[in-house]
Amino acid sequence: MSSNKETPIKTIGFVFLVCLVCAALVSVAAISLKPLQQANKLLDKQTKILEASGLLEKAGTDIVGTYNKYVVAKMIDLDSGKIIEGNTDIFDERADARNAAKSSKLTNDTAGINRRANNAVVYLVNNEQGQLNTLVLPIVGSGLWDLMYGYVGLAPDLNTVRSLIYSDLKETPGLGAEVLNPKWKALWPGKKMYNDSGEVVIKVIKGGAKAGDIHGVDALSGATLTSNGVQNTLHFWLGEQGYGPFITKFRSVASKGGLN
Amino acid sequence: MSSDTKKVLFGPIVDNNPIALQVLGVCSALAVTSSMANALVMTIAVMLVTGFSNFFISLVRNHIPSSVRIIVQMAIIASLVIVVDQVLKAFSYQLSKELSVFIGLIITNCIVMGRAEAFAMKEKPGVSFLDGIGNGLGYGAVLMIVAFFRELFGFGEIFGIEVFKLVQNDGWYQGNGLLVLPFSSFFIIGLIIWAVRQWKPEQVEKD
Repeated sequence: MSSNKETPIKTIGFVFLVCLVCAALVSVAAISLKPLQQANKLLDKQTKILEASGLLEKAGTDIVGTYNKYVVAKMIDLDSGKIIEGNTDIFDERADARNAAKSSKLTNDTAGINRRANNAVVYLVNNEQGQLNTLVLPIVGSGLWDLMYGYVGLAPDLNTVRSLIYSDLKETPGLGAEVLNPKWKALWPGKKMYNDSGEVVIKVIKGGAKAGDIHGVDALSGATLTSNGVQNTLHFWLGEQGYGPFITKFRSVASKGGLN
Repeated sequence: MSSDTKKVLFGPIVDNNPIALQVLGVCSALAVTSSMANALVMTIAVMLVTGFSNFFISLVRNHIPSSVRIIVQMAIIASLVIVVDQVLKAFSYQLSKELSVFIGLIITNCIVMGRAEAFAMKEKPGVSFLDGIGNGLGYGAVLMIVAFFRELFGFGEIFGIEVFKLVQNDGWYQGNGLLVLPFSSFFIIGLIIWAVRQWKPEQVEKD
């Protein structure tokens, strides 16, 4: 194909040159587009948090403004449930969960996540008066194919569900991915996560929950494993291995009137 | 536009379609055709990658040492794919979240490699670029047809707009579960190939 005579030096030189040009092209693209990509990622997260707290309609196109006005992000230590110092903007749950120094291996891994990050960021969404309106907790757990990332919104009693929003999943379209269907999402508000003795009892019920069952939600038809995944995820994150300690602390502080 | 240019650019849509005639790039056609929006973005991405990889490879075709030509082509294609992925992440985050895996896999799309090897290594940059765009269009045409049937009969929607009201949304239409799954594209692509070969019998291979 080449009319020139090939020598090893020339071949190596050419390959080196191609690599150099390609590397330069890729780096320029990656670096110059990074600010836009990060802004997109943040906007996506803020949109989901507003959706989980029911403020999305009110926000309209002003996602960032509404978010900054109503939402306070707090870093917590999951084991102790204490609020700790930390930069919530750059916290990356997925990176932490892969980092052996910042996560712990689970012995009772009911959510199927293998390792859990030591810290987490929770979002306190306030109302106009600056009182807590919704507590938004990020959750993650195995579905059928892969991990499903999402948020659960709790009312100030930290028991009544406001919303269950999935933001990132790879479930089967039309079956498991129906967790994104507005009709299914509408089943969640008003359900109770805990019973009177404080155990997590929320259930996703195959064949449909009975009318008036405050702890039961209809499972998705044709998606038993995804439905089980949702239930396991909620049990894990609302239980002792997840946000349990934080929720207990939060309640006792709130009952003494020390919140906000 | 001269007839030659036209042939290079529009020939791959029916007469020399990369999927229907050359049977290249079928793998990704399965994965991204569950909705028309995804198929459209994938079409544009593949079109740009094939066009520009053909252009750049043709530009240096007389200097590429034949002993390492495949690896050089791969390097160029892979760089372009990464750039496309980065651009998508910056300007269309929602779509990139759904398509990111498949965009990365354009590198392995046989159409890109096939056109680089079969066309760009012999022809001038301008016409190679058109050949790349043309093959992207041909790929896209099949993708859009497959996506049309899958989205309409699988989800009752076209470009995300409801056409048939689904049973789970209190409508009358029971979505076709087969069409929701990727492998249903095999049937649709098979039917497309059959239809095209009925129309243009010269495409039928001789025994």
